[in-house]
Amino acid sequence: MTALKTEANIKGPDEFYAELLSVHEGLSKEQSDALNARLILLLANHIGDRAVLSEALKAAALKD
Amino acid sequence: MSKIFEVPLYPYQRSADQDAATPVHHPVVVVGAGPVGLALAIDLAMQDVAVVVIDENDKVSWGSRAICFAKRPLEILDRLGCGDPMVDKGVVWNLGKVYFDERQVFGFNLLPEQGHKRPAFINLQQYYLEQYLVERVRELQAAGKPIELRGGNKVVDVSQDENSTQLTISTPDGPYRLRADFAVACDGAASPIRNLMGLDFVGRVFEDNFLIADVVMEAKFPTERWFWFDPPFNRGQSALLHKQPDNVWRIDFQLGWDIDREEELKPENIDRRLKAMLGEEISYELEWSSIYTFQCRRMDRFHEGRVIFAGDAAHQVSPFGARGANSGLQDTDNLAWKLKLILDGKSPITLLDSYDAERIHGAEENILNSSRSTDFITPKSEISRIFRDAVLDLSERYEATRPMVNSGRLSVPCTYDGSPLNGPDCAGMPERTRPGSPMVDAPVPGGWLLDQTGFGFQLMSIGETVPDALVVDGVKVTSLALSTADDADGYLRQRYLGDAPKAVYLIRPDQHVAARWDHYDETAVKAAVLKAIGR
Repeated sequence: MTALKTEANIKGPDEFYAELLSVHEGLSKEQSDALNARLILLLANHIGDRAVLSEALKAAALKD
Repeated sequence: MSKIFEVPLYPYQRSADQDAATPVHHPVVVVGAGPVGLALAIDLAMQDVAVVVIDENDKVSWGSRAICFAKRPLEILDRLGCGDPMVDKGVVWNLGKVYFDERQVFGFNLLPEQGHKRPAFINLQQYYLEQYLVERVRELQAAGKPIELRGGNKVVDVSQDENSTQLTISTPDGPYRLRADFAVACDGAASPIRNLMGLDFVGRVFEDNFLIADVVMEAKFPTERWFWFDPPFNRGQSALLHKQPDNVWRIDFQLGWDIDREEELKPENIDRRLKAMLGEEISYELEWSSIYTFQCRRMDRFHEGRVIFAGDAAHQVSPFGARGANSGLQDTDNLAWKLKLILDGKSPITLLDSYDAERIHGAEENILNSSRSTDFITPKSEISRIFRDAVLDLSERYEATRPMVNSGRLSVPCTYDGSPLNGPDCAGMPERTRPGSPMVDAPVPGGWLLDQTGFGFQLMSIGETVPDALVVDGVKVTSLALSTADDADGYLRQRYLGDAPKAVYLIRPDQHVAARWDHYDETAVKAAVLKAIGR
């Protein structure tokens, strides 16, 4: 792991977490899954760096 | 009116070979008179390699089949003398639209690059290509070229030893035998030759069915490729609308896996689908309908001794991306000059190993692209459908995810990176014309660059002095001298020079770059020629 930031990087973590949950409020499981997928795609595009994305994918899979 | 695919173009005629006491020997026998077999035979005959094409039928193929031809195959057909009728008859298109559910998600323009003789794509029914190829065979025959086309001839046995192959062929007059230095199986995905030889053809099966309806109608739709994901008229599936010449429209409905083929092919059921898609008021004539399934697979090796496989016989992909017929023509482009060199005794038979290396590389690329398209069009799991739909939903609002929308990645030419035939590269020159790449066309004085190349080895020089001709161990290399003074629009600089002030390119007979330098060095050129011919 070299490119992916794994140290804490978001100011106001509690506010972010609450906002993340709030966009899912009232959604069905299906709607939430769709929203999560859209969120991942938008964030991935924002990052753009393929090395970072690959590291994030591996990190999220909880491998090594 | 009878359609071209109903007319026998090469009906069975008894050949003198059938009366010979011992099997007659031919340098090359091509099995299969589809686009791939005919293109290969024409390529060989134009180089004075005697070739016999045999096919159990006598007509062009039934129905439109392959309809999308890309620039590189058009350039190959130009070299074979068939490019003009293709492009004159074909429909040129650049615009595509993608729909999801009831909405248009976005439109795209393939934005063809300027400075090429041929367009990025044309749509044309396969039977026209086959008709033009048969006409070209007749033209070559009239000019005394050694090419024969035998309809009603079916291969029923194949064997080989170190020096030749033997084919047993059944005909309406009974069987006869032929011997050949090489037999090339261009006999399609179900290749009888491959089956006779017991060779494997394994890969990935896609559990899906697609219904093709080619309809003749006066429609006001623009000349665009329209692709629907999950439309109201075909829920949970996809659909495609694409224009061909003569007011023929290709309509493709994804059907899913569990279907009743016979039911789906009934004209009243096709009619119901067409009206749901295009409106109750449409009037049309159904030209051809077919249900297909597909696999993505290839043979382990593309030749076994003196029997060589090309086109769908060697590799098969999904139709998304138009990589079937287009890659088959690239196989023949790669193979013909190699057979010529081997038959002339200038290259060892091991040159055929480079056919495997280069075209397996091409097939892998096509299988990868085609499998990815299929996985996007038909998500294989719940989560892949969630992501697929997320990509489509976002694409309606944002450019961000549009490049991920995959309704087929259209055929682009293959660069033979890592080929054993590649010679040295030169730093600072454009990546797109590195060794192994097909040449990139450009306007040159008097016409187009690609029209001045092909069939033999050439030294293309830009701003450098090279000899008019070289002979390297019996292989002739001619020169093609170009100058930046004639390159007002900068295409040569952009496509061949890059940062270099001058350049020397060794070009193969199939218009691929073998090696390049920023100055002429006879020793280096000779070594590169020997490498490119497998010596």
